[in-house]
Amino acid sequence: MLIRRPPDIATSEITNEAVYLKRREFMKAASGVAAGFALGPLLPKVLYAQDEWTPREAVTGYNNFYEFGTGKEDPARNAHTLRPRPWTISVGGEVNKPKEYGIEDILSRFPSEERVYRMRCVEAWSMVIPWLGFPLRDLLNDVEPNSKARFVAFETLYDPEQMPGQRRAVIDWPYVEGLRLDEALHPLTILSTGLYGSMLPNQNGAPIRLVVPWKYGFKSIKSIVKITLVEDMPPTSWNMMIPHEYGFYANVNPNVDHPRWSQAKERPIGKFRRIDTQMFNGYGEQVADLYAGMDLRRYY
Amino acid sequence: MTRSQYITRIVKPAVFLALLAPFLFMGYEAATGGLSANPIEDVLHRSGLWGLRILILSLAITPLKILFGWNVLMRFRRMVGLFAFFYLVLHFFIYVGLDRFFSLGDILEDITLRPFITVGFVSLLMLVPLAVTSTKKMIKRLGSKRWQRLHRLVYPAAIGGVVHYLWAVKLDAREPTIYAVLLGILLTLRLKRVSGRK
Repeated sequence: MLIRRPPDIATSEITNEAVYLKRREFMKAASGVAAGFALGPLLPKVLYAQDEWTPREAVTGYNNFYEFGTGKEDPARNAHTLRPRPWTISVGGEVNKPKEYGIEDILSRFPSEERVYRMRCVEAWSMVIPWLGFPLRDLLNDVEPNSKARFVAFETLYDPEQMPGQRRAVIDWPYVEGLRLDEALHPLTILSTGLYGSMLPNQNGAPIRLVVPWKYGFKSIKSIVKITLVEDMPPTSWNMMIPHEYGFYANVNPNVDHPRWSQAKERPIGKFRRIDTQMFNGYGEQVADLYAGMDLRRYY
Repeated sequence: MTRSQYITRIVKPAVFLALLAPFLFMGYEAATGGLSANPIEDVLHRSGLWGLRILILSLAITPLKILFGWNVLMRFRRMVGLFAFFYLVLHFFIYVGLDRFFSLGDILEDITLRPFITVGFVSLLMLVPLAVTSTKKMIKRLGSKRWQRLHRLVYPAAIGGVVHYLWAVKLDAREPTIYAVLLGILLTLRLKRVSGRK
């Protein structure tokens, strides 16, 4: 795996806000794809969370991955039955060049870089995780979404033999998720193939998963086998199971409570006290304009 | 040693230790780092779970006595009941002190705005007079009839506890449903007995 380690980012290198905000107009003008491409080089390559990293033991030992059991320690215990090689990801739908990628193709074609992101679970706990990944945008550009593409749908493997938790219909398998195209093309959105400098452990969604750090963790779908560009908003698993509790957008928002519990605070795993949850998980500067004018209470 | 002495000196302490064991094990795991990556959530869950289990166990004593004639079980009912109260108070203190860090505003908001916490809190409150009136002196003071009537509060408290658990789980309701069924059976037995008497 190619791992490019960029130098530390000086504050002077952070993109001028005016240029950054204009990005949206460019995207609208050129179906999003070419625009993101044009501005890409101007944006910081690595966005660091300023906080301490969550210990690796916790990152790989405390997981929600119901395909391997609904307890937090079940995935680490049970995910050994997953076979992340060989692995194929089909990328298609409203694109000019649909492709089937082997995981090795992806690793060699899209070099990974380290991305330290905050991860906020909807259950009100959080982590800071050093992912290895590349912008989803790069993969999407490779298949060339056409003008009909408005959303990106993702699908996890369905194989109860490898994923024993799928023998119980606690969720309607396979797990599915989706993003609006501009969210998918955003520089923060990555496909991750590793963490803490090595390949993704099975329980973290090997061999490839999504990471969307400004949304609740359940949006960051694991063990992806299919990515489809679509015209209409795709179904998402948690929204299908409990629609009034889990929405499509699922942006981290301390002002909009979960129907059963508050979202104002979160427990950082490894720390003792709860901390205040930040709007968009602290990535507001980079993503808030995606939702300008949107009622975030209605579109939770 | 008479049978009664045997029960008092050997069986009761053994049962006491058995009921204390989950607490001791929790403490051991906490001290040796054996809890999960979210230790506060871990002990919060386990203390509540054991409190509920032992509370349901206390409700099984009278039906078992009636079904099998095991009158000796009655000698353990108070201990079992008080242990349930112990675990549930522990559960509450962990919530107040470790989860909410004594933040009164957050706690009041939870109790008033989150139905599952409202139910849990009210159910715990119902157990307080039961714990307070558990001594022989109090039984005498209240008189058998009033004491019996007061202690019927254990039924709504147990139901509330199961509802609290059911409403707290994110999606997998398998375990709380088992307790709901168990409690349903025990309460039905009770109803049958009460209506049978009449």
